[in-house]
Amino acid sequence: MGYSAKFRVWRGNDEDGELHNFDVDVNEGEVVLDVIHRIQATQAQDLAVRWNCKAGKCGSCSAEINGRPRLMCMTRMNTFDESETVTVTPLRAFPVIRDLVTDVSFNYQKAREVPSFTPPPGLKPGDYRMQQIDVERSQEFRKCIECFLCQDTCHVIRDHEENKPVFAGPRFFIRIAELDMHPLDTLERKRSAQEEHGLGYCNITKCCTEVCPEGIHITDNAIIPMKERVVDTKYDPAFGLFRVLRSRSKSKSVMNEQADRAWALLRSVEDGDVEYAAVADQVADAMQQAKAVASTGTVLARLEALDHFEAGRLDQAAEEARTSLNWHRSAQERSDAWVTLARVYDTQERATATVEAVDNARRFWPDNPRLRHFAGEGHQR
Amino acid sequence: MTDLERHSYDVVVIGAGGAGLRAAIEAREQGKRTAIICKSLFGKAHTVMAEGGIAASMGNVNSKDSWQVHFRDTMRGGKFLNHWRMAELHAQEAPQRVWELETWGALFDRTPDGRISQRNFGGHEYPRLAHVGDRTGLELIRTLQQKIVSLQQEDEREFGDPEARLRVFAECTITEILKDGNRVAGAFGYWRESGRFVAFDAPAVVLATGGIGKSFKVTSNSWEYTGDGHALALKAGGSLVNMEFIQFHPTGMVWPPSVKGILVTESVRGDGGVLKNAGGQRFMFDYVPDVFRPKYAQDEAEGDRWYTDADNNRRPPELLPRDEVARAINSEVKAGRGSPHGGVFLDVASRLPAETIRKKLPSMYHQFKELAGVDITAEAMEVGPTCHYVMGGVEVEPDTGAAVGVPGLFAAGEVAGGMHGSNRLGGNSLSDLLVFGRRAGAGAAGYLDQLASDRPAVGGSDIDRAADDAVAPFAGDGTENPYTIHTELQMTMNDLVGIIRRREEMEDALEQLADLKHRAAGVTVEGHRQFNPGWHLALDLDNMLLVSECVARAALMREESRGGHTREDYPLMDREWRQINLICRADGDEVSVVKQPLPTMPTELLELFDRDELDKYMSEDELTALPKGDA
Repeated sequence: MGYSAKFRVWRGNDEDGELHNFDVDVNEGEVVLDVIHRIQATQAQDLAVRWNCKAGKCGSCSAEINGRPRLMCMTRMNTFDESETVTVTPLRAFPVIRDLVTDVSFNYQKAREVPSFTPPPGLKPGDYRMQQIDVERSQEFRKCIECFLCQDTCHVIRDHEENKPVFAGPRFFIRIAELDMHPLDTLERKRSAQEEHGLGYCNITKCCTEVCPEGIHITDNAIIPMKERVVDTKYDPAFGLFRVLRSRSKSKSVMNEQADRAWALLRSVEDGDVEYAAVADQVADAMQQAKAVASTGTVLARLEALDHFEAGRLDQAAEEARTSLNWHRSAQERSDAWVTLARVYDTQERATATVEAVDNARRFWPDNPRLRHFAGEGHQR
Repeated sequence: MTDLERHSYDVVVIGAGGAGLRAAIEAREQGKRTAIICKSLFGKAHTVMAEGGIAASMGNVNSKDSWQVHFRDTMRGGKFLNHWRMAELHAQEAPQRVWELETWGALFDRTPDGRISQRNFGGHEYPRLAHVGDRTGLELIRTLQQKIVSLQQEDEREFGDPEARLRVFAECTITEILKDGNRVAGAFGYWRESGRFVAFDAPAVVLATGGIGKSFKVTSNSWEYTGDGHALALKAGGSLVNMEFIQFHPTGMVWPPSVKGILVTESVRGDGGVLKNAGGQRFMFDYVPDVFRPKYAQDEAEGDRWYTDADNNRRPPELLPRDEVARAINSEVKAGRGSPHGGVFLDVASRLPAETIRKKLPSMYHQFKELAGVDITAEAMEVGPTCHYVMGGVEVEPDTGAAVGVPGLFAAGEVAGGMHGSNRLGGNSLSDLLVFGRRAGAGAAGYLDQLASDRPAVGGSDIDRAADDAVAPFAGDGTENPYTIHTELQMTMNDLVGIIRRREEMEDALEQLADLKHRAAGVTVEGHRQFNPGWHLALDLDNMLLVSECVARAALMREESRGGHTREDYPLMDREWRQINLICRADGDEVSVVKQPLPTMPTELLELFDRDELDKYMSEDELTALPKGDA
């Protein structure tokens, strides 16, 4: 059952260090943290490693195992081949204190920047009434054990120290989303997510979701809905006040239907089938009804892009079109947003960027009929 | 000392679990400048491991519940050795402490009418545990952590400095309480990160350091549970009560070896899971002791009916207090009816639909799947007893948490003793943290008010000596490795002062502890002071050895079996011993244990019980005030 494994463990501090090789015994059922502890007890007494519960509940023993951000206590040795060398390195996004221990104070700083839960004034302890179905969305985010693996893997800060001051990171996007979706929180949180916490930097590559040991759907359930809502709020500042009532008064399917309607109208405008002025009222009406859940964000941004485009403000049009990439419900919508961007690039005569945008549009929806505008122009890779 | 950092606070709270954070919030809200010292990162405390819930008689699920019923259950669970006043305050104040968490953002599971849902648990007569799935401890810690952040945001707005009145010192360990005469004057410790020393001037220190489980081999406790607060109190002149009572949680994982001891929440049983031996028999029906017989189902049919009709049926014996269940499992395994890896089977797969299991017990599902490769919706878990909690702790004044005999020292949570008597009920720990955390914070604030300008001062020579003691392991003679001594200590305590105890074995244990203490003096650590786990363990070892000796000495002295103390040579409960607390003190390296009478419960609380029941625990002359044969 037992065997001798080859481990490579990073030792050193922020300025200087190297990988050290260890041959170490492994027993049945063990996890990487057990092996690190054995190295500590028998070969390197002062090997620095953080850990607490050893049961995947405290989020202390985060590290990168063969380059992948993971909890050492939840990585079983039998997931590796016995001949495989297991490389353990500290989290890359944070400064190393010593060996596998990093300085994660960035995260505690960011935690302080999110305004706390703010219940309605005068609501007394013991008088809180909430339905299970309404608390479940926030409960998902409160499963977070603050292992900061999502922060570590997020490419906005992983190799971009300069983004740290303006970017809260996935852990705090779910914190904001949790408060935003709390049935009794009264603060406006969507606009601040965008303007103060750097939500706009996220381009939803889902890396954070992939490494979350708690299986929290960070991107789909927190970031994307928030990106959508940011636009809703911009569109109607009074919206925040009514969101609970509205979300109860309209079912999600009705709102999705209306978002589809707005989207379809927009496509026909973008494709030159109709004049925007002729359908402007219908678009506004559909968007009004679609609000609260569905993704009106992409539609709004693309409307603005269109407006700039027609007025010849190409840089602003490109900016809005890029923004519209962030808010969507489906691959089709995302594909459409790339088409819009491609048109702007094309007009700007930016050939490489146009080809890239068309490629992306095709990747998300190979049969997108709007791609016909680019057919036969050599936009193939 | 050239590398000494100094700070001055009104209150220093040592420990950042539920009790420590609640104490700090209270002290800060009462206007005191407060420091929280945290051995790990902020938010990682062992409280996150609590799964089942917070016991509080809110009566949301069964309106018959009340603080009196909760008090009664708590006393029964502790076999009447609890400090009555602590049990009373705890039962009375728990609901307010839970509701308060909601105002700070906690999101508990709900009842259909939108209130906080409550679940059944061992020893609790009604569904009483507020919970969030099976991760209630995480919710509690996160809520308190976020409340602290909100207080810091207030300070940021008011003073431009978030840490003006409340600061968290993360990855900082206290090695000594500093005194001025007999009063507390501050605390001395080191930063894990740099190894640099830090001294706090503070007239009030709250101990909230948790338990001692890391002295045992099979434990559900994390590395931090090294009895620091227990040892700090002893060394500062305080006393420990009831140290012989250690709770072995009946259901820890038994396989694979590397996870042996990790907790399997009692909610599995509260929600319908049952215990079976190798023959598939629900053996708990054979282990209902006389004192509990009237309250528990006599057959499987009645036990099963109870889950849906609790008013007309009695609860299944799987939900007996933890000490009873742990002993029963131990006996089954000893009799050769155990599971392949030396436990018994905990079966929820055949009792609930897979979807319900995943929803109600998500982290158990996750834990078994990830760590043992077992799907608990399809097969039974293998479980066995694991060292989980110490009922004993610092002797305190119930109302203020003030440590007896040391002005300025306070204690709350697991490190404090008395509240749970000889055995703690599940769910009573989280509520204990909140109720007595708040009271200790208030106690410290009150002490400061009364102190006014007469603040004690830290002596410079005390700091020099504390620093010398802390670096001593670097100058050892190279003969002993701290990891080796720790492993031997864990074996000694596990094997000789474990779940079933015998005189000869405990005498052996004391000899071995003396030997280990001697060897520990020669422990040598390698490397430098920056984040050096070997050094930290060497310092923790000192605490573990001192506290383990208290456990072994008290266990040897108490000649009866009660709650978390089972003597093979004295298998019965003894009415005489019920009137006695064992008090440990330390004089230098010498541990002494003395008997001390239990405080007398007032008549109005005694009257909450049937006379018949009291007769099983108390002697005739304790009950003279009560009419005989009362119904």
